[in-house]
Amino acid sequence: MRRLAIIAAGLIWATGALADEIRATGDLGLIVERETGSLLLVDQSERAAISRIEGLGDLSHASLVYSPDQRFAYVFGRDGGLTKVDIVTQSIAARIIQAGNSIGGAISDDGRLVAVSNYEPGGVRVFDAETLEIVADIATGSKTIGLVDAPGRRFVFSLWEAGETWIADLSGAEPVVTKIAGIGDRPYDALITGDGRTYVAGLFGEDGLTALDLWDTAPEPVRVLPGYGRGQQDLPVYKMPHLEGWAQAGGEFVLPAVGHHQVLWVDADSFAETGRTQTHGQPVFAMARPDGRQVWVNFAHPLNDTIQVIDSVSKQVIHELTPGPAVLHMEFTPRGHEVWVSVRDAGRVLVYDTRTFEQLAEIEAVSPSGIFFTARAHRTGL
Amino acid sequence: MRSLAFIIALAGAAWGGDATPDAAALKRLVHQDCGSCHGITLKGGLGPDIRPQTLPHYTPEDLKALILDGVPGTPMPPWRPLITEDEAEWIARYLLEGDAS
Repeated sequence: MRRLAIIAAGLIWATGALADEIRATGDLGLIVERETGSLLLVDQSERAAISRIEGLGDLSHASLVYSPDQRFAYVFGRDGGLTKVDIVTQSIAARIIQAGNSIGGAISDDGRLVAVSNYEPGGVRVFDAETLEIVADIATGSKTIGLVDAPGRRFVFSLWEAGETWIADLSGAEPVVTKIAGIGDRPYDALITGDGRTYVAGLFGEDGLTALDLWDTAPEPVRVLPGYGRGQQDLPVYKMPHLEGWAQAGGEFVLPAVGHHQVLWVDADSFAETGRTQTHGQPVFAMARPDGRQVWVNFAHPLNDTIQVIDSVSKQVIHELTPGPAVLHMEFTPRGHEVWVSVRDAGRVLVYDTRTFEQLAEIEAVSPSGIFFTARAHRTGL
Repeated sequence: MRSLAFIIALAGAAWGGDATPDAAALKRLVHQDCGSCHGITLKGGLGPDIRPQTLPHYTPEDLKALILDGVPGTPMPPWRPLITEDEAEWIARYLLEGDAS
């Protein structure tokens, strides 16, 4: 009896100690520090940095995805590095250099496969999420952009030079690749809707975007907003916009225009244009707050010190912030009450209340770029 | 503060026309903003590799003109609206000679 009591006491003690050390990952996030090749692990509720994880190589333009259990992050570095980071132990679990020059990646719906999009050599390589052993090597002979996960253990991506979109189905023993030509002149990035149905590629070489209905057995390219800049002088583009942070607000998409100081609104079903909003500069990200009521927009160099907030009902700019030099990225908390903003040249990340626009916190970071909260683990296309 | 200095330096150069190029600010421009397409280490991305060993066929004058006027039909934009001739020349030499200068 006495022994049992001692064991029980010991157990309570052990559990107590563990509870202090354990940090659940649901409200954590990682911030890319691009120049130092490090990640800042942050806590959304505490609005604070917890620790720094180092040794990830060249993280300029890096992005990452999360495992379904929100324990591991797969970080895609520009130098071809693929790093599996354990955010529970705050350490690197595995790391490989899988190509010479990479641009983003995705994780399959079942969390078993991680795909990386490469510029050099052009193509997509697929790895086992557990071991980082290579599972498939899909050469494209073209720079590969706009890689996303689609339901059914599929990855969808586009070819910059070739103007094609490929759908790689990895549900069977061998990958089955469906190639769709005629996407347009130089697709530069793409998005997939949260339901996994629609893939939209933005085009650099022509005004417009191309949509594919992935529910079709043989998806046909559908041109969206062809010639949206017609009659206007294209401005020099100093930074390509991103579509990954696509916005769907109340049945409409909000898309950054290339070479124009505008965001474009299109009906999510018909792809017909529903409006335009003039903006401070050329938009880089146009991101909807998770409820869709607001769209936050940042801008290309040299107007990249500003953020504009657009009301999705009136399509009017309702607020303007100047967080500082080189605003690179914005990430909403999953319910949208707060937004985190990385200000690269100020070396800090700012947290704002999205209703009052009040600044709530300031976190030191070294050349911060992408901010990624773990809630992305449960969303298609992020 | 450093970035404020950068903006002032650029604005001063663009509008004043006679400021000497600010090496630190221009280096930052090259790696951060040219780096959007060419990569922070300049080894290429959506845009080509622009490290010194890949540019031997350019004279400083050709490269300066390319930076100022862009490459029509490609994503390379003209930088003339944002930088001066002197700054473009500094960047051209920096790209050709590397960090030795």
